Amino acid sequence: MSETNSDRQRRGDRESAFYLFTQQRLPACKPVLTPPWVITIYFLVGFIFVPVGLFTLRASHSVVEIEERYDIECVPSQFRNDKVSYIQDDSVPKNCSLLFKVDKYMKAPIYIYYQLENYYQNHRRYVRSRSDQQLLHGRNFHGTSYCQPLESSNNRPIVPCGLIAWSLFNDTFTFIRGKALLKVNRTNIAWKSDRDHKFGKNVYPFNFQNGTWIGGGKLNPRIPLSNQEDLIVWMRISALPSFRKLYGRIEEDLDVGDYVVVQLMNDYNTYSFGGKKKLVLSTSNWLGGKNDFLGLAYVFVGSSSLTVAIVFMLLHLRSQR
Amino acid sequence: MKRYVYINDNESSHKLYCDNRISNRKYTVLNFLPKNLWEQFGRFMNQYFLLIACLQLWSLITPVNPASTWGPLIFIFAVSASKEAWDDYNRYFSDKKANEKLVWVVRQGIRKHIQAQDIHVGNIVWLRENDEVPCDLVLIGTSDPQGLCYVETSALDGETDLKTRVIPATCMGIDFELLHKIKGVIECPNPDKDIRRFDANLRLFPPFIDNDVCPLTIKNTILQSCYLRNTEWACGVAVYTGNETKLGMSRGIPEPKLTAMDAMIDKLTGAIFVFQIVVVMVLGIAGNVWKDTEARKQWYVLYPLEGPWYELLVIPLRFELLCSIMIPISIKVSLDLVKSLYAKFIDWDSEMIDYETGIPSHATNTAISEDLGQVEYIMTDKTGTLTENRMIFRRCCISGVFYGNESGDALKDTKLLNAVAVSSPDVVQFVTVMAICNTVIPIKSKTGAILYKAQSQDEDALVNAAAQLHMVYANKNANILEIRFNGSVIKYELLEILEFTSDRKRMSVVVKDCQNGKFVLLSKGADEAILPYAYDGQQTRTFIEAVEQYAQLGLRTLCLAWRELKEDEYQEWSLMFKEASSTLVDREWRIAEVCQRLERDFEVLGVTAIEDRLQDGVPETIETLRKAGINFWMLTGDKQNTAIQIALSCNFISPEPKGQLLLIDGKTEDEVCRSLERVLLTMRITSSEPKDVAFVVDGWALEIALKHYRKVFTELAILSRTAICCRVTPSQKAQLVELLKSCDYRTLAIGDGGNDVRMIQQADIGVGISGREGLQAARAADYSIGKFRFLKRLILVHGRYSYNRTAFLSQYSFYKSLVICFIQIFFSFISGVSGTSLFNSVSLMAYNVFYTSVPVLVSVLDKDLSEGTVMQHPQILFYCQAGRLLNPSTFAGWFGRSLFHAIVVFVITIHAYAYEKSEMEELSMVALSGCIWLQAFVVALETNSFTILQHLAIWGNLVAFYVINWIISAIPASGMYTIMFRLCRQPSYWITMFLIVAAGMGPVLALKYFRYTYRPSKINTLQQAERMGGPILTLGNIEPQPRSIEKEVSPLSITQPKSRSPVYEPLLSDSPNSSRKSMGSGTPFDFFQSQSRLSSSYSRNCKDN
Repeated sequence: MSETNSDRQRRGDRESAFYLFTQQRLPACKPVLTPPWVITIYFLVGFIFVPVGLFTLRASHSVVEIEERYDIECVPSQFRNDKVSYIQDDSVPKNCSLLFKVDKYMKAPIYIYYQLENYYQNHRRYVRSRSDQQLLHGRNFHGTSYCQPLESSNNRPIVPCGLIAWSLFNDTFTFIRGKALLKVNRTNIAWKSDRDHKFGKNVYPFNFQNGTWIGGGKLNPRIPLSNQEDLIVWMRISALPSFRKLYGRIEEDLDVGDYVVVQLMNDYNTYSFGGKKKLVLSTSNWLGGKNDFLGLAYVFVGSSSLTVAIVFMLLHLRSQR
Repeated sequence: MKRYVYINDNESSHKLYCDNRISNRKYTVLNFLPKNLWEQFGRFMNQYFLLIACLQLWSLITPVNPASTWGPLIFIFAVSASKEAWDDYNRYFSDKKANEKLVWVVRQGIRKHIQAQDIHVGNIVWLRENDEVPCDLVLIGTSDPQGLCYVETSALDGETDLKTRVIPATCMGIDFELLHKIKGVIECPNPDKDIRRFDANLRLFPPFIDNDVCPLTIKNTILQSCYLRNTEWACGVAVYTGNETKLGMSRGIPEPKLTAMDAMIDKLTGAIFVFQIVVVMVLGIAGNVWKDTEARKQWYVLYPLEGPWYELLVIPLRFELLCSIMIPISIKVSLDLVKSLYAKFIDWDSEMIDYETGIPSHATNTAISEDLGQVEYIMTDKTGTLTENRMIFRRCCISGVFYGNESGDALKDTKLLNAVAVSSPDVVQFVTVMAICNTVIPIKSKTGAILYKAQSQDEDALVNAAAQLHMVYANKNANILEIRFNGSVIKYELLEILEFTSDRKRMSVVVKDCQNGKFVLLSKGADEAILPYAYDGQQTRTFIEAVEQYAQLGLRTLCLAWRELKEDEYQEWSLMFKEASSTLVDREWRIAEVCQRLERDFEVLGVTAIEDRLQDGVPETIETLRKAGINFWMLTGDKQNTAIQIALSCNFISPEPKGQLLLIDGKTEDEVCRSLERVLLTMRITSSEPKDVAFVVDGWALEIALKHYRKVFTELAILSRTAICCRVTPSQKAQLVELLKSCDYRTLAIGDGGNDVRMIQQADIGVGISGREGLQAARAADYSIGKFRFLKRLILVHGRYSYNRTAFLSQYSFYKSLVICFIQIFFSFISGVSGTSLFNSVSLMAYNVFYTSVPVLVSVLDKDLSEGTVMQHPQILFYCQAGRLLNPSTFAGWFGRSLFHAIVVFVITIHAYAYEKSEMEELSMVALSGCIWLQAFVVALETNSFTILQHLAIWGNLVAFYVINWIISAIPASGMYTIMFRLCRQPSYWITMFLIVAAGMGPVLALKYFRYTYRPSKINTLQQAERMGGPILTLGNIEPQPRSIEKEVSPLSITQPKSRSPVYEPLLSDSPNSSRKSMGSGTPFDFFQSQSRLSSSYSRNCKDN
């Protein structure tokens, strides 16, 4: 009697998923790498990737981008051999001008980026040398040991502390088309989330660039950090040694043949370490800025996978015969 | 050193010797934490992690939050520590139960009920029938007037028969009441673990007989954990107590077993560690150079001109920390987790439940399932393991008449029953010998039924059979044997027992018939020990025929004989026998010689045939496992002939033309040596022939061989796929296991009795059969199963799957850590070799602990082949045995894959997210999600069978990754606030992801497909066959099938590679079935020959590695 009971119970259990799990007998699908499947997959990948690649490439090409390096041009000829002394000599005027020729129609908004190369914002000493808490809460926050050696000067805390803020990029640009000044929108260049949640509205620069070492740009101590957008942009450090940071937006279209004269103050020292400075004007679309890499990579991957598919198909046909 | 035990002296011994508190505990409450931590830090991996975690506390060099290492580390330690604590608590609990058991002990001359732990050395302990002995005692009194008592020692030595113990001569006849007041001293050696030796002296104090010291031997003791049987009461003096008893001294915590796989993983970990050190040194030097040449120029980094003294170390240490994830901390947790699941699967398996007894299989050791899949040698006990250990009297031949040939059961043969009923003299004589020529002790139970306690199962079977033939051995009262036959009582006086020895191969008793005063010699023994000694003129042809006939049926035969003695002949002989018994030199030989004088001129009565039935499925199991390339050794305490008979009947060895048995014997070193060399020579010669060669060795020769000719014997052991070792002791069994282990073979020992315990503990894997000899073996074993046939499933299904799964899991764990680590290394080249971490702490921790651990855990459900296919093609176990799925070369594959994937992710990420998009947090999330996408597809590609759980874990994990990161991105305080939302809105992010997947998986898939289709392994071939159309599932039907299918099968059955060393060639061809198939199939010969050469050379390489 008990035997039949337990039998029945066993049979009843057989349906439960847990029982099947314990017996390692859960229903399973076992895909096989059969030639038709694999060849189809490669063809499919090929047929999808090549068009997508071409489409992306077109999108990238539709972005108009003008790039000009200015750090060499702007050094007066007598300083060409000793650029470092030029940049460190306050008496030498740093203004300089740059000419952009527009070859393609550029639709507003046109983004202005400054580009630094061979500049290691991702260096370990640099990356950590900041205090997010201080940026948000101001001087009252004291756990700023990461900011060493720019934690304090003259026994007073520095706000914003750390190497990143200290080395703020401070070249300035003004844009002139023809005779008129081009209107450059310098607001909303930083992330809104940073302005709202990362940089305090009541935190004002304090004791900044007052120490023995003078780094980059200075900050207006009367403007709260949340409105110091250049600083906010700068403090979003870049992971790569060549990077662009947004300077502003030109909110007028630029026509073919337009000449844009850029008046700039070449203050930032990249000469001591052989960095490059460039100014970039670029339009934007769904892909972002101009970047051929994705399109080319897609075409490459797509065509390779088509090749692989064909090779496998030939192999398959031969082995069948 | 000696100890002096003063009997009944309550004061003196207390301080000298420990009390009877048993303690198997490893820890106490106080020392648990330090001791446990100390033990855990004994392991290299833990030391490594601790070092890393400590380094991370130094904020100057740590790339990530220290919590990302401390958290998992503390978790891991907490898990192992609580497991240890739980085990120790259980031990404490069972100790407590034993310690608090109440026993009768004499205190101040009065018997008192006290707890077992309060027994002190010198106390007198009283035991009743069926009591367990609480400590080692020297007997001083029993209920038996002759001073005998019976003990069961199975817990001690695994022998289930009752042993007689006797009180010392001086204590003989002491009054029951006086026993409470007895005083004396026992001089005994300090505690040791030898359970066969106790050399001590006893001297009683006045008023007891104060004469010379009385020598004591092991015969005068009853040891802890034995049971008192068939004796109303017994009392003894405690000589060893607590953990100092013979049992306590021999008990040791068995060494934790390490699987071959664990060893391999450790090795690979070591290799990775070396690699890591190299990377760290290279990057550290590069970093310091870069710092001095470049970074000092970079004013924004503001390197101080003069650094502290340890400045040079900072960058290398940073890289050490950055690369520390190369050795994944999660691997230990994951492996522990899946291993316990493997064990659970064994416990749960409903196909391994013994429905006769309802005992399920159980994995006691949860850590070594993978080893099951790598077994190369199985050492099996015979009785109770291969056989049911249930001897049944089946047939007999009395005076040339065969009984039981028709029905297969002599006890139901009416001819025999009639013969008994009419008291046919031949038959009565025969049955009388069956009933009394033995050392069986009959016991009357309370219900009146008679139970027999026999030393050997054969005697038990004979006595029981005699009882069924109405010759009931009813009682043994001192030397008077009482037999009831057909209603009348016959009494015999037992005069002498000529005990069984393996040399004489027979045993005899001399009895005096109390009715007519005749002296009779009754003998039983092997045919070669009885038949040649028949009296002149007796025809023994029919008996020889009978023996042969029975042996062919696999029955154990015994010849029964008798001879009437004249009284003076007996008396004369008796004197000689007594003299021989008391000689000190060559006693055994002298006795044998004396016995020989009496054991002659037999009147052979007949032949009995006893069946020890094989367990169900034993031949099939052995055949399947042998096909799987596993070598079988039979280690038995039984006689050579029986062992060979059983071996024949369970496919262990093949009968003559195909198989060949080589005997190693000899009494002296020279003989053994010569025989050994002869066998080795034959073995070498025949190794090229498809012949089933096995060697047979007995315990004596083995002893010599192991002692003096270890090297030769080892070579023989390696050459031979099959061996039968008979008459071996438990320690020899263990030695043999040790021998094979030292040759680097994975051994599995299976047995059922206490005498197998040592072998089971010694072997890499111990399997116990919960059988009739109790649960002792099963308790000591790593796995316990109900029947031998479950071994097949245990190895082929559970062992193989466990191996495959762990192979994947462990390599994958390294792979995923390496991917992320390589990305970090690449990143360091574009971050000024300064040791910046691309990924933030949260991501790094979650990556190792969560994102990549969960999907791979469900690989415990993965099955590359269905169970049925594995059972039909056990040859593929070879892949596990040779370690084909986890070895340096497969690992190199995974290493390469991780490097490739890291390059793909890194290159695509930094190009797709260049310039204005190169924000740190975004870029790191792109790289991380690229890795996660690749992981999902890698796991999917390596999964052979998808159950719903796998889908859930793989794709669910991908979704979970996004959900978790969205949640983190929604927290304003977190570093990655809004990052994930930002990314998910960008089309370029998704385009990048698909690109990473396609570029990363395309080549991997292509390579896998190419191998799978054009260079398939046997596993692949079977997978294809199994999934494409299933005809292979019914192997029986395969021969009439068209050729195309055969093509897939035949190479498989041929290329079973068995080569283990260059000289070794397969001794056993495959089953005749498969070889025939392959010959007929017309498959091009060179194809599979090259295959087999490939695989065999491969296996050799593996072994060499």
